[in-house]
Amino acid sequence: MRTPLGRVRGLGSARSGTEHFWVQRLTAIANVPLVLALVILVIVLAGRSHASVIATLSQPAIGILLLAAVISVIVHMRIGMQVIIEDYVQGEGMKVTLLMANTLFSCAVGLVATFAILRICFGS
Amino acid sequence: MPQTTNHCSAASFPLLNPGFPDMPMTETKTTVTRPLSPHLQVYRMTLTMAMSIAHRLTGAALYVGTILFVWWLLAAATSKSFDVINGFLGSWFGYLILFGYTWALLHHLIGGVRHLIWDTGRGLGPTEREFFAWVTIVGSVTLTFVIWMLGFMFKG
Repeated sequence: MRTPLGRVRGLGSARSGTEHFWVQRLTAIANVPLVLALVILVIVLAGRSHASVIATLSQPAIGILLLAAVISVIVHMRIGMQVIIEDYVQGEGMKVTLLMANTLFSCAVGLVATFAILRICFGS
Repeated sequence: MPQTTNHCSAASFPLLNPGFPDMPMTETKTTVTRPLSPHLQVYRMTLTMAMSIAHRLTGAALYVGTILFVWWLLAAATSKSFDVINGFLGSWFGYLILFGYTWALLHHLIGGVRHLIWDTGRGLGPTEREFFAWVTIVGSVTLTFVIWMLGFMFKG
């Protein structure tokens, strides 16, 4: 037996309360400076030689910036895509499948990016 | 069209339904035959509607575009063929993709800031939201050019 208050306390229909909403806002704010820096970095490095790109990306400040951007962006895009799937996919089976695929894709992108950044920073 | 929907019975909210405080709190499956609310196709497209759709579309595009970024990073970390990929990104076509990606990003970014302002309860009136829509359009295009000029200045 659960009381109506117990049912809603901290949890809405999404079963996760407002955490999702809050994290989306938090990462949105973090993304603003991180992503702007990232875009300028990529524009500057596009077309340069491998050695020159590695020399830039392996600087500690840039490595930390890249890692921070990757974490914030991946979390933001994962829950953003989750909302899109929840809004438009009607069938429960397809919805669960796509939600899983979304998480797996986000984890894969995040892990590969993190691996690449660490390898660039610490050498191989 | 009848549609099956899952909803809580009014008895789930005893304060709103003081006549039946003892009814069990259950979720019931009911067939709804009343008209459902109309969707996008019956409304005249407004600018704010288009911006809402654009916000989602750019978000989804950026999501897919992370593959490009990760591919580039991984190539830089591991591959000897990095110069081919980076050379492509430095070609006119590569720049075109990056330019489009920058615009999508800035559109989503400014649209996102608009959402943050809305979260405080401000800017929801008809003239303000129309103004925000134009700020997003003009701002994203302008900032894309500014950032690319900055990029090329640093590039030297």
